[in-house]
Amino acid sequence: MRHSRLWTWHILAGLVILVLLGLHMVIMHLDEVLPLAGLNPAGGEAIDWANVAARAKLGFFMASYIVLLGAALFHGLYGLNTIIGETNVGAGLKRFATACLMVMGVALFVVGTYAAIAARGLAMKG
Amino acid sequence: MSESKTIHFRIRKFNPETDPAPSWKTFAVPFAKGMTVLDGLHWIKRNQDTGLAFRYSCRMGVCGSCGMLINGRPTLACNTQVAALKAAMVVVAPLPNFHTVRDLVPDLTPMFEKHQAIRPFILREDKGEMDAPTAEFYQTPHELEEYLQFSFCIRCGACMAACPTMATDRDYPGPMPLAQAYRYSADSRDGGFAERAKAVDRKSGVFSCHFGSECSAACPKGVDPAKAIQLMKRRLVFDYLRLFKAKKPCGGVHGQRTTGRREGIPEAPEYTIK
Ligand code: SF4
Ligand code: FES
Repeated sequence: MRHSRLWTWHILAGLVILVLLGLHMVIMHLDEVLPLAGLNPAGGEAIDWANVAARAKLGFFMASYIVLLGAALFHGLYGLNTIIGETNVGAGLKRFATACLMVMGVALFVVGTYAAIAARGLAMKG
Repeated sequence: MSESKTIHFRIRKFNPETDPAPSWKTFAVPFAKGMTVLDGLHWIKRNQDTGLAFRYSCRMGVCGSCGMLINGRPTLACNTQVAALKAAMVVVAPLPNFHTVRDLVPDLTPMFEKHQAIRPFILREDKGEMDAPTAEFYQTPHELEEYLQFSFCIRCGACMAACPTMATDRDYPGPMPLAQAYRYSADSRDGGFAERAKAVDRKSGVFSCHFGSECSAACPKGVDPAKAIQLMKRRLVFDYLRLFKAKKPCGGVHGQRTTGRREGIPEAPEYTIK
Protein backbone atom coordinates (compact mmCIF):
# COMPACT_ATOMS: atom_id res chain seq x y z
CA MET A 1 0.00 0.00 0.00
CA ARG A 2 1.43 3.38 -0.98
CA HIS A 3 1.54 5.45 2.16
CA SER A 4 1.03 8.71 0.30
CA ARG A 5 -2.64 7.68 -0.07
CA LEU A 6 -3.14 7.15 3.66
CA TRP A 7 -1.15 10.28 4.44
CA THR A 8 -3.22 12.37 2.00
CA TRP A 9 -6.45 11.13 3.54
CA HIS A 10 -5.01 11.75 7.00
CA ILE A 11 -4.41 15.40 6.07
CA LEU A 12 -7.78 15.77 4.31
CA ALA A 13 -9.52 14.23 7.34
CA GLY A 14 -7.71 16.77 9.51
CA LEU A 15 -9.08 19.58 7.34
CA VAL A 16 -12.60 18.13 7.55
CA ILE A 17 -12.28 17.97 11.35
CA LEU A 18 -11.09 21.57 11.42
CA VAL A 19 -14.13 22.78 9.47
CA LEU A 20 -16.82 20.60 11.08
CA LEU A 21 -15.48 20.87 14.60
CA GLY A 22 -15.21 24.62 14.04
CA LEU A 23 -18.88 24.65 13.00
CA HIS A 24 -19.77 22.59 16.07
CA MET A 25 -17.92 25.04 18.34
CA VAL A 26 -19.63 28.02 16.72
CA ILE A 27 -23.08 26.48 17.13
CA MET A 28 -22.47 25.34 20.69
CA HIS A 29 -20.61 28.32 22.09
CA LEU A 30 -21.26 31.37 19.92
CA ASP A 31 -25.03 31.08 19.75
CA GLU A 32 -25.44 34.28 21.76
CA VAL A 33 -23.03 36.24 19.60
CA LEU A 34 -24.03 35.07 16.13
CA PRO A 35 -27.52 35.07 14.62
CA LEU A 36 -28.11 31.31 14.80
CA ALA A 37 -31.80 31.46 15.67
CA GLY A 38 -32.70 28.95 12.94
CA LEU A 39 -30.42 26.38 14.50
CA ASN A 40 -31.61 26.99 18.05
CA PRO A 41 -35.32 27.71 17.48
CA ALA A 42 -36.36 26.86 21.04
CA GLY A 43 -34.09 29.56 22.49
CA GLY A 44 -32.17 28.95 25.72
CA GLU A 45 -29.05 26.80 25.62
CA ALA A 46 -27.82 25.30 22.34
CA ILE A 47 -27.61 21.95 24.11
CA ASP A 48 -31.28 21.90 25.19
CA TRP A 49 -33.07 18.82 23.80
CA ALA A 50 -35.55 20.92 21.79
CA ASN A 51 -32.65 22.64 19.98
CA VAL A 52 -30.72 19.39 19.53
CA ALA A 53 -33.84 17.74 18.06
CA ALA A 54 -34.44 20.73 15.76
CA ARG A 55 -30.91 20.44 14.37
CA ALA A 56 -31.09 16.64 14.13
CA LYS A 57 -34.09 16.97 11.81
CA LEU A 58 -31.89 18.71 9.25
CA GLY A 59 -30.26 16.22 6.85
CA PHE A 60 -27.15 18.41 6.73
CA PHE A 61 -26.47 17.91 10.42
CA MET A 62 -26.98 14.16 10.25
CA ALA A 63 -24.59 13.98 7.30
CA SER A 64 -22.06 16.26 9.00
CA TYR A 65 -22.10 14.10 12.16
CA ILE A 66 -21.38 11.00 10.09
CA VAL A 67 -18.63 12.71 8.07
CA LEU A 68 -17.06 14.16 11.23
CA LEU A 69 -17.18 10.77 12.91
CA GLY A 70 -15.49 9.09 9.93
CA ALA A 71 -12.85 11.79 9.64
CA ALA A 72 -12.09 11.80 13.37
CA LEU A 73 -11.86 8.01 13.54
CA PHE A 74 -9.58 7.76 10.50
CA HIS A 75 -7.38 10.70 11.55
CA GLY A 76 -7.06 9.56 15.15
CA LEU A 77 -6.62 5.84 14.57
CA TYR A 78 -4.17 6.30 11.69
CA GLY A 79 -2.15 8.61 13.93
CA LEU A 80 -2.26 6.10 16.78
CA ASN A 81 -1.21 3.32 14.43
CA THR A 82 1.74 5.43 13.28
CA ILE A 83 2.82 5.98 16.88
CA ILE A 84 2.57 2.25 17.62
CA GLY A 85 4.56 1.58 14.43
CA GLU A 86 7.43 3.65 15.79
CA THR A 87 7.73 1.84 19.08
CA ASN A 88 10.15 -1.00 19.60
CA VAL A 89 7.53 -3.75 19.91
CA GLY A 90 7.75 -6.74 17.54
CA ALA A 91 6.41 -6.71 13.97
CA GLY A 92 3.73 -9.32 14.83
CA LEU A 93 2.40 -7.21 17.68
CA LYS A 94 2.34 -4.16 15.43
CA ARG A 95 0.30 -6.05 12.81
CA PHE A 96 -2.09 -7.21 15.54
CA ALA A 97 -2.46 -3.63 16.80
CA THR A 98 -3.20 -2.40 13.25
CA ALA A 99 -5.87 -5.09 12.81
CA CYS A 100 -7.43 -4.22 16.20
CA LEU A 101 -7.51 -0.53 15.33
CA MET A 102 -9.15 -1.25 11.98
CA VAL A 103 -11.85 -3.42 13.55
CA MET A 104 -12.38 -0.85 16.28
CA GLY A 105 -12.63 1.98 13.74
CA VAL A 106 -15.20 0.18 11.59
CA ALA A 107 -17.25 -0.89 14.64
CA LEU A 108 -17.29 2.62 16.11
CA PHE A 109 -18.22 4.09 12.75
CA VAL A 110 -21.15 1.68 12.37
CA VAL A 111 -22.41 2.38 15.91
CA GLY A 112 -21.95 6.16 15.52
CA THR A 113 -23.68 6.24 12.14
CA TYR A 114 -26.58 4.24 13.55
CA ALA A 115 -26.81 6.71 16.45
CA ALA A 116 -26.87 9.73 14.10
CA ILE A 117 -29.59 8.18 11.93
CA ALA A 118 -31.60 7.01 14.94
CA ALA A 119 -31.38 10.46 16.54
CA ARG A 120 -32.83 11.96 13.39
CA GLY A 121 -35.64 9.39 13.43
CA LEU A 122 -36.42 10.24 17.05
CA ALA A 123 -36.40 13.95 16.35
CA MET A 124 -38.70 13.51 13.35
CA LYS A 125 -41.21 11.60 15.49
CA GLY A 126 -41.18 14.64 17.75
CA MET B 1 43.15 28.66 24.53
CA SER B 2 46.93 28.99 24.76
CA GLU B 3 49.24 26.65 22.85
CA SER B 4 50.94 25.26 25.97
CA LYS B 5 47.65 23.92 27.26
CA THR B 6 46.58 20.34 27.15
CA ILE B 7 43.13 19.25 26.19
CA HIS B 8 41.50 16.08 27.43
CA PHE B 9 39.95 13.59 25.04
CA ARG B 10 37.47 11.14 26.52
CA ILE B 11 37.04 8.34 24.02
CA ARG B 12 34.64 5.44 23.91
CA LYS B 13 36.55 2.22 23.34
CA PHE B 14 34.85 -0.97 22.26
CA ASN B 15 35.88 -4.09 20.43
CA PRO B 16 32.71 -6.18 20.02
CA GLU B 17 34.80 -9.30 19.47
CA THR B 18 36.59 -9.16 22.82
CA ASP B 19 34.93 -6.59 25.10
CA PRO B 20 31.74 -7.40 27.00
CA ALA B 21 30.77 -3.70 27.04
CA PRO B 22 32.11 -0.33 25.89
CA SER B 23 34.46 1.55 28.21
CA TRP B 24 35.76 5.12 28.33
CA LYS B 25 39.39 6.20 28.33
CA THR B 26 40.72 9.72 28.88
CA PHE B 27 43.86 11.08 27.19
CA ALA B 28 45.73 14.34 27.76
CA VAL B 29 46.67 15.84 24.40
CA PRO B 30 48.84 18.92 23.84
CA PHE B 31 46.72 21.64 22.27
CA ALA B 32 47.90 23.34 19.09
CA LYS B 33 46.27 26.25 17.28
CA GLY B 34 44.04 25.05 14.44
CA MET B 35 43.96 21.52 15.84
CA THR B 36 40.99 19.46 14.73
CA VAL B 37 39.45 16.55 16.62
CA LEU B 38 40.93 14.25 13.96
CA ASP B 39 44.39 15.73 14.66
CA GLY B 40 43.87 14.94 18.34
CA LEU B 41 42.91 11.36 17.55
CA HIS B 42 46.04 10.98 15.39
CA TRP B 43 48.19 12.32 18.24
CA ILE B 44 46.66 9.80 20.64
CA LYS B 45 47.16 6.96 18.17
CA ARG B 46 50.82 7.95 17.62
CA ASN B 47 51.71 8.56 21.26
CA GLN B 48 49.33 6.89 23.66
CA ASP B 49 47.07 4.25 22.17
CA THR B 50 48.24 2.67 18.95
CA GLY B 51 45.23 0.38 18.94
CA LEU B 52 42.69 3.23 18.74
CA ALA B 53 40.46 2.66 15.70
CA PHE B 54 38.90 5.49 13.72
CA ARG B 55 38.12 6.04 10.05
CA TYR B 56 39.28 8.95 7.92
CA SER B 57 40.63 9.66 4.48
CA CYS B 58 40.64 13.16 2.99
CA ARG B 59 41.06 15.22 6.21
CA MET B 60 39.20 18.07 4.53
CA GLY B 61 35.46 17.40 4.87
CA VAL B 62 35.08 15.82 1.46
CA CYS B 63 35.11 12.02 1.77
CA GLY B 64 32.63 11.62 4.63
CA SER B 65 34.69 8.94 6.40
CA CYS B 66 35.29 10.59 9.76
CA GLY B 67 31.74 11.01 11.04
CA MET B 68 31.58 10.58 14.83
CA LEU B 69 29.77 11.86 17.89
CA ILE B 70 31.76 14.82 19.26
CA ASN B 71 30.56 16.38 22.48
CA GLY B 72 27.11 14.98 21.82
CA ARG B 73 26.86 16.15 18.19
CA PRO B 74 27.25 13.87 15.19
CA THR B 75 29.69 15.59 12.85
CA LEU B 76 33.01 15.27 10.99
CA ALA B 77 36.17 14.97 13.13
CA CYS B 78 38.32 16.60 10.45
CA ASN B 79 35.97 19.55 10.16
CA THR B 80 35.71 20.26 13.91
CA GLN B 81 38.30 22.50 15.49
CA VAL B 82 39.00 21.67 19.12
CA ALA B 83 39.06 25.39 20.04
CA ALA B 84 35.63 25.89 18.47
CA LEU B 85 34.15 23.35 20.88
CA LYS B 86 34.92 25.74 23.77
CA ALA B 87 35.11 22.84 26.20
CA ALA B 88 37.85 21.53 28.47
CA MET B 89 36.98 17.97 27.46
CA VAL B 90 36.40 16.54 24.01
CA VAL B 91 34.11 13.54 24.33
CA VAL B 92 34.25 11.29 21.27
CA ALA B 93 32.04 8.27 20.54
CA PRO B 94 31.01 6.42 17.38
CA LEU B 95 27.93 7.59 15.47
CA PRO B 96 24.72 6.46 17.19
CA ASN B 97 22.06 4.48 15.27
CA PHE B 98 24.79 2.24 13.80
CA HIS B 99 26.51 -0.86 15.15
CA THR B 100 30.12 -0.33 16.10
CA VAL B 101 32.84 -2.17 14.20
CA ARG B 102 35.43 -1.01 16.70
CA ASP B 103 36.06 2.10 18.88
CA LEU B 104 35.00 5.06 16.73
CA VAL B 105 34.26 3.10 13.55
CA PRO B 106 30.54 2.66 12.83
CA ASP B 107 29.22 -0.02 10.51
CA LEU B 108 27.70 2.08 7.72
CA THR B 109 26.60 -0.96 5.65
CA PRO B 110 22.85 -0.52 6.38
CA MET B 111 23.06 3.12 5.26
CA PHE B 112 24.71 2.21 1.98
CA GLU B 113 22.22 -0.62 1.38
CA LYS B 114 19.32 1.77 1.90
CA HIS B 115 21.05 4.29 -0.34
CA GLN B 116 21.38 1.67 -3.06
CA ALA B 117 17.70 0.75 -2.72
CA ILE B 118 16.57 4.22 -3.83
CA ARG B 119 18.61 3.83 -7.06
CA PRO B 120 20.88 6.86 -6.62
CA PHE B 121 21.65 7.54 -10.24
CA ILE B 122 19.94 8.95 -13.30
CA LEU B 123 17.26 6.55 -14.53
CA ARG B 124 15.94 6.90 -18.04
CA GLU B 125 13.93 4.81 -20.40
CA ASP B 126 16.45 5.29 -23.18
CA LYS B 127 18.92 2.88 -21.61
CA GLY B 128 21.25 3.11 -24.59
CA GLU B 129 21.63 6.82 -24.01
CA MET B 130 22.41 6.18 -20.33
CA ASP B 131 25.17 3.70 -21.08
CA ALA B 132 26.65 5.31 -24.17
CA PRO B 133 25.42 8.89 -24.48
CA THR B 134 25.43 10.37 -27.96
CA ALA B 135 25.04 13.94 -26.73
CA GLU B 136 25.09 16.11 -23.63
CA PHE B 137 21.90 16.67 -21.66
CA TYR B 138 20.78 20.24 -21.55
CA GLN B 139 19.86 21.67 -18.17
CA THR B 140 19.01 25.27 -17.32
CA PRO B 141 20.52 26.93 -14.23
CA HIS B 142 17.04 26.89 -12.69
CA GLU B 143 16.75 23.12 -13.24
CA LEU B 144 20.17 22.69 -11.65
CA GLU B 145 19.08 24.68 -8.59
CA GLU B 146 16.20 22.24 -8.06
CA TYR B 147 18.59 19.60 -6.74
CA LEU B 148 22.05 21.20 -6.42
CA GLN B 149 22.00 21.63 -2.62
CA PHE B 150 21.06 17.98 -2.12
CA SER B 151 23.89 16.81 -4.35
CA PHE B 152 26.50 18.14 -1.87
CA CYS B 153 25.97 15.06 0.33
CA ILE B 154 29.16 13.14 1.15
CA ARG B 155 27.37 10.17 2.83
CA CYS B 156 29.01 10.80 6.19
CA GLY B 157 26.02 9.45 8.12
CA ALA B 158 25.83 12.36 10.59
CA CYS B 159 22.18 12.94 9.66
CA MET B 160 21.38 9.25 10.17
CA ALA B 161 22.94 9.38 13.64
CA ALA B 162 20.95 12.50 14.57
CA CYS B 163 17.59 11.19 13.34
CA PRO B 164 15.13 10.25 16.13
CA THR B 165 13.06 8.07 13.78
CA MET B 166 16.17 6.04 12.91
CA ALA B 167 16.62 5.37 16.61
CA THR B 168 13.31 3.52 16.89
CA ASP B 169 12.61 2.20 13.40
CA ARG B 170 15.33 0.09 11.78
CA ASP B 171 13.33 -0.15 8.53
CA TYR B 172 13.21 3.61 8.05
CA PRO B 173 15.53 4.54 5.15
CA GLY B 174 16.89 7.59 6.99
CA PRO B 175 17.58 11.17 5.96
CA MET B 176 20.46 10.57 3.58
CA PRO B 177 18.82 7.95 1.30
CA LEU B 178 15.51 9.85 1.34
CA ALA B 179 17.20 13.14 0.48
CA GLN B 180 19.01 11.40 -2.36
CA ALA B 181 15.74 9.91 -3.59
CA TYR B 182 14.48 13.47 -3.98
CA ARG B 183 17.79 14.72 -5.36
CA TYR B 184 17.56 12.34 -8.34
CA SER B 185 13.81 12.67 -8.77
CA ALA B 186 14.18 16.45 -8.99
CA ASP B 187 16.84 16.18 -11.68
CA SER B 188 15.45 17.20 -15.07
CA ARG B 189 17.51 14.47 -16.75
CA ASP B 190 15.88 11.76 -14.67
CA GLY B 191 12.75 9.71 -15.30
CA GLY B 192 12.91 7.38 -12.30
CA PHE B 193 10.43 9.00 -9.90
CA ALA B 194 7.90 6.15 -10.09
CA GLU B 195 10.58 3.56 -9.38
CA ARG B 196 11.96 5.49 -6.40
CA ALA B 197 8.42 6.08 -5.11
CA LYS B 198 8.10 2.30 -4.73
CA ALA B 199 11.17 2.27 -2.48
CA VAL B 200 10.20 5.19 -0.21
CA ASP B 201 6.38 5.44 -0.33
CA ARG B 202 5.77 2.52 2.03
CA LYS B 203 5.34 1.63 5.68
CA SER B 204 8.38 2.94 7.59
CA GLY B 205 9.13 5.06 4.54
CA VAL B 206 9.30 8.76 3.82
CA PHE B 207 6.07 9.53 5.72
CA SER B 208 7.64 8.28 8.97
CA CYS B 209 9.67 11.50 9.07
CA HIS B 210 8.39 13.82 11.82
CA PHE B 211 10.21 16.82 10.41
CA GLY B 212 12.21 17.18 13.61
CA SER B 213 15.03 18.54 11.37
CA GLU B 214 17.80 17.18 13.58
CA CYS B 215 19.35 15.79 10.38
CA SER B 216 19.61 19.23 8.81
CA ALA B 217 21.07 20.69 12.01
CA ALA B 218 23.73 17.95 12.04
CA CYS B 219 24.66 17.98 8.36
CA PRO B 220 28.20 19.37 7.96
CA LYS B 221 27.66 20.10 4.26
CA GLY B 222 24.50 22.19 4.48
CA VAL B 223 22.48 19.64 2.52
CA ASP B 224 19.24 20.14 4.51
CA PRO B 225 17.94 16.58 4.13
CA ALA B 226 14.79 17.46 6.12
CA LYS B 227 13.79 19.88 3.37
CA ALA B 228 14.39 17.26 0.68
CA ILE B 229 12.23 14.78 2.61
CA GLN B 230 9.32 17.24 2.86
CA LEU B 231 9.66 18.00 -0.86
CA MET B 232 9.55 14.27 -1.58
CA LYS B 233 6.41 13.91 0.55
CA ARG B 234 4.79 16.81 -1.28
CA ARG B 235 5.65 15.33 -4.63
CA LEU B 236 4.21 11.92 -3.68
CA VAL B 237 0.97 13.48 -2.40
CA PHE B 238 0.64 15.69 -5.49
CA ASP B 239 1.34 12.65 -7.62
CA TYR B 240 -1.47 10.73 -5.88
CA LEU B 241 -3.86 13.68 -6.29
CA ARG B 242 -2.80 13.95 -9.95
CA LEU B 243 -1.65 17.50 -9.32
CA PHE B 244 1.93 16.77 -10.29
CA LYS B 245 2.62 16.77 -13.98
CA ALA B 246 5.70 14.70 -14.65
CA LYS B 247 7.89 16.19 -17.35
CA LYS B 248 9.64 14.02 -19.86
CA PRO B 249 13.32 13.81 -18.94
CA CYS B 250 15.30 16.20 -21.06
CA GLY B 251 17.01 14.81 -24.12
CA GLY B 252 20.39 15.42 -25.70
CA VAL B 253 20.59 18.81 -27.32
CA HIS B 254 24.10 19.40 -28.43
CA GLY B 255 23.81 17.13 -31.42
CA GLN B 256 25.86 14.08 -32.17
CA ARG B 257 29.00 13.62 -30.16
CA THR B 258 32.10 14.44 -32.18
CA THR B 259 35.48 12.97 -31.56
CA GLY B 260 37.31 16.28 -31.90
CA ARG B 261 37.43 19.18 -29.44
CA ARG B 262 34.56 21.63 -29.54
CA GLU B 263 35.35 25.20 -30.44
CA GLY B 264 36.43 27.57 -27.67
CA ILE B 265 37.54 24.93 -25.18
CA PRO B 266 41.17 25.55 -24.20
CA GLU B 267 43.84 22.86 -24.11
CA ALA B 268 44.29 21.07 -20.78
CA PRO B 269 47.50 22.01 -18.92
CA GLU B 270 50.50 19.70 -19.08
CA TYR B 271 50.51 16.79 -16.61
CA THR B 272 52.58 17.60 -13.54
CA ILE B 273 53.42 13.91 -13.04
CA LYS B 274 54.79 12.15 -16.12
S1 SF4 C 1 22.94 14.67 4.19
FE1 SF4 C 1 24.65 15.73 5.24
S2 SF4 C 1 24.86 14.63 7.19
FE2 SF4 C 1 23.63 13.32 5.83
S3 SF4 C 1 25.11 11.93 4.90
FE3 SF4 C 1 24.85 13.69 3.51
S4 SF4 C 1 26.47 15.13 4.11
FE4 SF4 C 1 26.31 13.66 5.77
S1 FES D 1 38.42 12.63 6.66
FE1 FES D 1 37.23 12.98 4.87
S2 FES D 1 35.51 14.02 5.63
FE2 FES D 1 36.79 13.86 7.36
